[in-house]
Amino acid sequence: MHAPVHRQLGLTDDELASIERILGRQPNHLELAMYAVMWSEHCSYKSSRAHLGRLPTQGEHVLVGPGENAGVVDAGDGLALAVRIESHNHPSALEPYQGAATGVGGIIRDIFTMGARPVALMDPLRFGPPEDPRSRWVATGVVSGISGYGNSVGVPTVGGELEFAPCYAGNPLVNVLCVGLLPVGRLVLGRAAGEGNLAVLLGSPTGRDGIGGVSVLASAAFTEDAEAEAAKRPNVQVGDPFEEKRLIEATLELLDRHLVVGIQDLGGAGLACATSETASRGGVGMDVDVRAVPLREAGLEPFEVMTSESQERMLAIVAPDDLGAVYEVCRRWEVRATVVGRVTGTGRLRVLDGWDGEVLADVPAASLHEDAPVYHRPLARPAWAGTRAADDPARLPAPSGERLASDLLALLADPSWAYRQYDHQLFLNTVVAPGADAAVLRLSAPGARPPAGAPPRGFALSTDGNPRWCALDPRAGTRLVVAESVLNLACAGARAVALVNCLNFGNPEHPEVMWQLSEAIDGMAEACLALGVPVVGGNVSLYNESRGTDIDPTPVVGTVGLIDHLRPGVPTARLVDGGDILLLGPDGEGAVSLAGSRWAVERAGHLGGALAAVDFGLHAAVVALVASLVDERLVEGVHDVSDGGLALALAEMAVASGTGFVARAGGGHVGLFGEGPSRVLLCTKPALSDEVLARAASVGVPGRRIGSAGGDRLVLEGAVDVGLASALEAWRAALPSALGGA
Amino acid sequence: MAPLVGVVVFPGTNCEHDVVEALELLGARARLVWHAERDLGDIDAVVVPGGFAHGDALRPGAIARFAPVMGAVADMAAAGAPVLGICNGFQVLTEAHLLPGALQKNRGLSFVCRMTELEVVSERSVLTAGLQPGLRLAVPVNHFEGNYTAPPEVLDQLEAEGRVVLRYVANPNGSARDIAGICSPGGNVVGLMPHPERASSELLGSTDGLVLLGALLRSAGASLSPAGLSS
Repeated sequence: MHAPVHRQLGLTDDELASIERILGRQPNHLELAMYAVMWSEHCSYKSSRAHLGRLPTQGEHVLVGPGENAGVVDAGDGLALAVRIESHNHPSALEPYQGAATGVGGIIRDIFTMGARPVALMDPLRFGPPEDPRSRWVATGVVSGISGYGNSVGVPTVGGELEFAPCYAGNPLVNVLCVGLLPVGRLVLGRAAGEGNLAVLLGSPTGRDGIGGVSVLASAAFTEDAEAEAAKRPNVQVGDPFEEKRLIEATLELLDRHLVVGIQDLGGAGLACATSETASRGGVGMDVDVRAVPLREAGLEPFEVMTSESQERMLAIVAPDDLGAVYEVCRRWEVRATVVGRVTGTGRLRVLDGWDGEVLADVPAASLHEDAPVYHRPLARPAWAGTRAADDPARLPAPSGERLASDLLALLADPSWAYRQYDHQLFLNTVVAPGADAAVLRLSAPGARPPAGAPPRGFALSTDGNPRWCALDPRAGTRLVVAESVLNLACAGARAVALVNCLNFGNPEHPEVMWQLSEAIDGMAEACLALGVPVVGGNVSLYNESRGTDIDPTPVVGTVGLIDHLRPGVPTARLVDGGDILLLGPDGEGAVSLAGSRWAVERAGHLGGALAAVDFGLHAAVVALVASLVDERLVEGVHDVSDGGLALALAEMAVASGTGFVARAGGGHVGLFGEGPSRVLLCTKPALSDEVLARAASVGVPGRRIGSAGGDRLVLEGAVDVGLASALEAWRAALPSALGGA
Repeated sequence: MAPLVGVVVFPGTNCEHDVVEALELLGARARLVWHAERDLGDIDAVVVPGGFAHGDALRPGAIARFAPVMGAVADMAAAGAPVLGICNGFQVLTEAHLLPGALQKNRGLSFVCRMTELEVVSERSVLTAGLQPGLRLAVPVNHFEGNYTAPPEVLDQLEAEGRVVLRYVANPNGSARDIAGICSPGGNVVGLMPHPERASSELLGSTDGLVLLGALLRSAGASLSPAGLSS
């Protein structure tokens, strides 16, 4: 007994009824297949769209906000930055290498579609515990996939996150952010225009890979049936970075020479998406000849051609007079180019079996793109939220000194295991490499250089997420995540100008999950408004559920900041022998909390209590102060105090520089491992400490000297005393011993 | 006039703009040379830069060696002009038999991108001419297949003839005898895995790559003599 076709394709009975209303008749199978992919959660945001409108999207630097392939911000000097973040969670769970690789490929296409040269990738990654063999397989496969694709396509990977938690064992999070640089004049949007213009398909021939990837794979939870899940593996696409590299070069040359009217990458939902979106955005129609589409193998059905997610393809809208020049550029770059469609004035997307052949599908183009249902799904605060909030971590027994030291060492992990596998230096831009609070890059790219003789300017990138905070309180947790990301940029001397988000949540049909999503969006909106950072794009990844359990809510943000005077010697998270260690930020009661802290969750198995609240007025003052101290080089080292608290932040500075310290934390284990916003550690030359503290006082930021750097031990007075050598050993060995390799 | 350096571009090459930028920083003139070109015109020296020529199909350099431009590169090499292969370019030059040996997958079987310390072993090459043996240089590597190998007698010969020009102080990839770069018998064809162009400014943390590229440009200038390749 089989389910009806529309349900097999992922459409509900109500959605089928809507389609019948739009068409005034029953859809045929091809039409149904196109609606199924375009109205999938992944493509249509049908569960989240009702909430996303609450995010602030305006800002002085914003050139293009949400809704296009990427957000674009003005970087000055005639240059602009295009930025986007995406998830490739479900494909990576099934086929880690290809899932991650095609995630990288997809996000890069979103960027060069806008006319930008992709110059940086960031990969926030979250996996199940490394003790679990499957999670190890996923983690190592994902890192290899990013390395294998990103390196050969020629886009440096300059940072990201690497985190392990049990909730990701069945459903890892593989998010990827890409930034591109463009001369403002090359900005191009994904829209078709001009009746009679041609739709030219560039890149790979179309095969059967990835059919229904956005619907049956990305927009459904993983079940308990391992065999059924493994059978979805062919829904994962296969990437070819060499094809993509040629596609980048050919596309940028086409745009430089103004040979295209509009251009759109083919990603989720393939040709159905690219043709309907370009037509819908341009207010036109399109005829597509499925027979003209170059195929990888014979015998594809029209519905397969229209919904295949074969990678490394673009759809360019070209005036007939320019077709010869387009072919010439593509021939030179060895990129296949084929006319597959024509822009019409009808507003309809028609799929034809040959130009004069049978009409296989005939639907309003905009209906695929814009008429997807918007669901106001029920929200409910989970019953356990109150219980958790009341479960104060103050009840946890204070650990012994020995235990504090071993807990500290257990939290240390050198991320170079991952980033050494990534080319993070291409384009001679990477001033601060992965592993720091934020990556710092020179603002320059082939084809997008600053004016001759202009002093170097830079930009900084940070990606941040914290499932522990957001599991406890998605609204307050998301506020803290945004606050931390902006502070990370300040630690690199940059001021935040834009934010993109990747909202990774569980099954939206669970009211608790919808509540988490709604709360997180509110928290993000509050923080972005308070800190003056516009949201320029985002991605929503739902159905991150396996075996009936939703992941902890994991909104991930990527922030972009500008640096006006880029000079060598950007301070990073390091100590300098003989330096003073200063702590800026709130002090005293309520400044930090063990609730949702890494120590409580990972070392004491406790998740409960109330998060420390962020005071945005103070936070903005800390952000501005730190950015200027860094810009003026008044500090030798700087590190934001984030997860793991003061103890871990100090230890990270020590191992990164091979320099010990003696410091006072106060407050016992809460003082060491408690987490709270707006706190930054500085290492200064002793002669400058008073000046730095006076600067802090003058803007109302509390600050104090808590110790000094030097020696070969990590000493937190009255609490922890461990040798630098054992800290270094723990730091370096953590990932190789968990995941294997050098 | 400043020497004119041709920087070869295959489909899949990705370091060409970086090499041009570093060379221009040193006052050289640079021109991108498309792989289909057969005539290098008035070019004084050639750099085959890093990347993934032809997607490293079959193995790195295996397709690129058949490109039309490689005939012209071989002619320049035979005539004594400076020819430098960086990373993937080194792999191309070994596949083209302009340099001996081969680059196999790294020990540890993973990609490695990191700063390395190099030691100048011999000044018998256009890349190290005038540099003091023993000089240490900080230059990053970025490769999966950088593990240099050759039969023992070839390695012996390279060492005996002073054709091992750069060694790693701490071997990042398993290369035989810590070899980071070698040269042809004439010293004018050089291949190395590290990327000198990535050590070309204080912002990048090292300017040591300019020491090597500067030596290359001096060598290119010297080869502009009447006996050189000005045709």
